[in-house]
Amino acid sequence: MSEGAAGGKWSGRLVLALLLAPALLWLLALIILPHADLAVLSFRERVAPRQYAPSLAQYRTFFGEPLYWHVFVRTALMSAIATLMTLLIAFPIAWIIAKLARGRMSALLFVVCLIPFWVSETVRTLGWMILLRESGVLPAILVHLGLTAQPVELLYHDATILVGLVYTSLLFMVVPLVGSLESLDNSLIEAAYDLGARGLSILRTIVIPHAAPGITAGCIVVFMLTLGNYLTPTLLGGKNSLWFTEQIYTQFITRFNWEQGAAFGFLLLALSTAMVWLGLKLSGQRFSDVMRRV
Amino acid sequence: MSAAGTPAPEAAPDLEVRAVTKRFAAHTAVNAVSFSVPRGSFFSILGPSGCGKTTLLRMIAGFIQPDEGTIAIGGRDMAHVPPNRRPVNMVFQHLALFPMMSVGENVAFGLARRGVGRAERQRRAEEMLERVGLAGAAPKRTDELSGGQRQRVAIARSMVLEPTLLLLDEPLGALDLKLREHMKVELKQLQSAFGTTFVYITHDQSEALVLSDRVGVMSHGRFEQLGTPQELYYAPATAFVAGFVGANNRLSGTVRAVEGALVEIDAGQGWQVRVRAHAPLAVGAAAQAFVRPEAITLARTPAELPPGQGAHSGEVTDMLFDGANSAVLLREAHSRRELRIALPQTGAFADLRPGSRICFGFDPERGIGFAAT
Repeated sequence: MSEGAAGGKWSGRLVLALLLAPALLWLLALIILPHADLAVLSFRERVAPRQYAPSLAQYRTFFGEPLYWHVFVRTALMSAIATLMTLLIAFPIAWIIAKLARGRMSALLFVVCLIPFWVSETVRTLGWMILLRESGVLPAILVHLGLTAQPVELLYHDATILVGLVYTSLLFMVVPLVGSLESLDNSLIEAAYDLGARGLSILRTIVIPHAAPGITAGCIVVFMLTLGNYLTPTLLGGKNSLWFTEQIYTQFITRFNWEQGAAFGFLLLALSTAMVWLGLKLSGQRFSDVMRRV
Repeated sequence: MSAAGTPAPEAAPDLEVRAVTKRFAAHTAVNAVSFSVPRGSFFSILGPSGCGKTTLLRMIAGFIQPDEGTIAIGGRDMAHVPPNRRPVNMVFQHLALFPMMSVGENVAFGLARRGVGRAERQRRAEEMLERVGLAGAAPKRTDELSGGQRQRVAIARSMVLEPTLLLLDEPLGALDLKLREHMKVELKQLQSAFGTTFVYITHDQSEALVLSDRVGVMSHGRFEQLGTPQELYYAPATAFVAGFVGANNRLSGTVRAVEGALVEIDAGQGWQVRVRAHAPLAVGAAAQAFVRPEAITLARTPAELPPGQGAHSGEVTDMLFDGANSAVLLREAHSRRELRIALPQTGAFADLRPGSRICFGFDPERGIGFAAT
């Protein structure tokens, strides 16, 4: 009997291992191995053709060259602003889907949020360019309405980059928010109202504490997506975009300086890890609780 | 007959509901309901689910606006006063304690919204928790408490604001039977200790009878009867109240004869029962007679029955043992109608078995007949 149980346990483990195998292989092949290689790359320096020596030169360059760390800080700040804007826009949408809309209406609103993702990111971003460029739709409308004398260039501003980033990220904020708002019992809101609370104090004392894991989850996902986004800042921001992923691309592809690019990649990884950690600390959330909301 | 804590004549009733109506599309949820609740009394609204009692309570709390009629609380008209500005607090069906806050923070929530300082509201919250028997529970999480304790926190959270009126929306519904019995007594004691006016809604007639000074029985959006528990039980005003409040035997048939205040009703296959008519009934009219299980006397032979009670007989189908509430189910010999009869506490009929034949009778004054609707 005990032998049978042991056998059952063993075969159960085998099944589990087989089921997990594709995911684990994928994790190993596409994430762990390249990162290990990048780590090795980033800590060496070319001393002569085909001659490399271990060194911290790549990281020294980053801190020594103002352009690099300026772009780094700028990317972090812009991503944080984009995340905050996404949260502010997504929250009312999620509230409507979770609390106000009923049945089919709520499903329909969800689909409306999903529709932009049926189109590839490139096409979506090009769509923004058609709307915003100097000879595009929106400047023409502004001239037509008499708001501007000549068509203005709406592309290549920081604001344009933010608009594009928020648009791309919206769904990833709405989904966890809807999840956490749906689980909020309406009678809690009524009880707070009954005990004398008003709209804003209900939001602060009841809704936000309840939705905190969802808010944190959405912010983490959006921040990571924004920080690592390449296409949207590059196309909408043009030469002015100064996005850190662009610097990585330049090092790898244009400059063929893989060592420098690898160091930049690691710095970006460190940045997003630090920001996630900071976000969790500030909101007092546990990583495991938050990830269940995503 | 008058409610406990009779108010001074000049004091306005704590709650005055006048001709309140609420419609949802074609459905009239509350239909021209009027009542008033004197200061310090316990008022219950009793009715089956869907009768409109929750809608009525939510109108008093201010979550929905009546289409017609007025609601005055403490003598002040409440039209266009939002829930957070009413001198009314509510204990919700599932209590709605805030899980993101400690017990103390829950109780202090309303005080914080009124701008009471931190130290002061903490002191008052702890004082209130002590009054409901939860001293020292302030730092606990709400899910660390038992069902009964959570109930008391919900009451403390409302009572700390010293409302004119406390509304309770079936707060015992989620508790198991044993705890419900216990909380019934506790709720009654809390109400008399605080002296606050309670308005309680429930579908459980035993809760309403035990707790209330006065009860409004509601059906299809209307009050069927408004009175003390004793009035509802002994002098029901409608067939619905007779059937809904307390256990009752319902016998429907046609009126055969009228003798003053009494009517003789043919309850099927020539079985005649005599009861007091609630309102004059004509011969040949369809009627319903109600006889309470404890109003019926059992006897081994017709001769043992007191005179004037009619001598009926039947066959026992089941013995329902439930301590003091034990009863026997039997089928009347002619009509084959099922009746429930309380067993006397003396144990005299404890030997009855299914199939036994037994005689029974009742004083016509203790039965009541209504015109069938």
